Amino acid sequence: MSIGQVFLGLLESRPSHGYDLKRSYDERFGQDRPLHFGQVYATLSRLLKHGLIEVEGVEPGGGPERKRYAITDAGVTDVQRWLGQPERPDLYLQNTLYAKVVLALLTGRPAAEILDTQRTEHLRLMRELTQRKLDGDLAVALICDHALFHLEADLRWLELTSARLDQLASAVNS
Amino acid sequence: MSGQFPWGADRSESTVPIPGMPVPGTQMPGMPGPVAPAPADGPLLAAIDLRKSFGTTPALDGATLRVRRGEVVAVMGPSGSGKSTLLHCLAGIVRPDSGQVVYGGRELTSLSDGRRSALRRGEFGFVFQFGQLVPELTCLENVALPLRLGGVRRREAQRRAAEWLDRLEVTEVGGKRPGEVSGGQGQRVAVARALVTGPRVIFADEPTGALDSLNGERVMRLFTRAAKESGVAVVLVTHEPRVAAYSDREVVVRDGRTRAEELVR
Repeated sequence: MSIGQVFLGLLESRPSHGYDLKRSYDERFGQDRPLHFGQVYATLSRLLKHGLIEVEGVEPGGGPERKRYAITDAGVTDVQRWLGQPERPDLYLQNTLYAKVVLALLTGRPAAEILDTQRTEHLRLMRELTQRKLDGDLAVALICDHALFHLEADLRWLELTSARLDQLASAVNS
Repeated sequence: MSGQFPWGADRSESTVPIPGMPVPGTQMPGMPGPVAPAPADGPLLAAIDLRKSFGTTPALDGATLRVRRGEVVAVMGPSGSGKSTLLHCLAGIVRPDSGQVVYGGRELTSLSDGRRSALRRGEFGFVFQFGQLVPELTCLENVALPLRLGGVRRREAQRRAAEWLDRLEVTEVGGKRPGEVSGGQGQRVAVARALVTGPRVIFADEPTGALDSLNGERVMRLFTRAAKESGVAVVLVTHEPRVAAYSDREVVVRDGRTRAEELVR
């Protein structure tokens, strides 16, 4: 999952300091793998360099100065593109999809469309695999079946998440 | 569902003429069927902005779906989303409260019950989750039944029925009654019965819902192959992605509305 794009989504919902961004990321998406500060500032530096975020203000504190970052128009466009584009079906895809759905809810975008777009992409691959299975021998069929069952599990997750979007929206925005 | 036999069990209805419609039961298996009067490049069947409530419960709330000739379309969605109601409206079994169902350039919703019944018998085929074969008849007689209702002589009807049992790889069950065959075999007999009259559209509602994975896949492989070879359009209601993967495209119904229809067309 792209840390940069998740940061952009979080910054679109509200400007933040680096420390707050790390905390939001860890709480929502970090699970048992919190970000290192080095990753946070390297990512922010890259986003600044590409004009996707800007420093909105600098606040002096007891320690080093705290910069408050805000997303730029180019950054919003980048988030929109990322959210609208289906992910390549893959194992452990849920982390990225979950992040996309949460960020869509945080930024007031239609999260159901992200799930529908992904369902279409999954079914497209399932059609390909089904055709390959029909054209191939038993070994090909068994290999394709393995992939098909995994994709089907993903689709069940998509369906369940669709059914729970209202509940998730309340939790995310509370 | 209005009854066990969606093609209409009243034999007297087989004589109801429909202008521009072919006489049912005149087609050989595997041969090109009668041409429905629709533009070649337009949809064969279309549901446009359908709304339907049962009492105070809304089932469809602006559903739209277009099906081209020979196309297999999967209708997906959670339980209670309205996908079966959409299928029943498309098939002329249920009248929508508003919106249009257009088949071959004709508005189905404006036809009388008798004409819709005749249309279902001549142009549409049906496959349901539990086969709905007549338990007193043999499998061969079950497949021949819609032909017999259409006025085809017994010997000819049984010859055509036997050909379809061959194509669905259930030749051996012809003389058995439905209670004596497996679930997968029964569903393949039901598919043969749906295809035997040479329909233009087959409506299949969870056709593999009662089968295990292996039998379900075999039914879908034979079903979609036979439909493609015969140029029949299929509207396939399913909640199983691996079944939907046999379709050309999918349409998602949620809360009575079709969501993906606009995205994919």
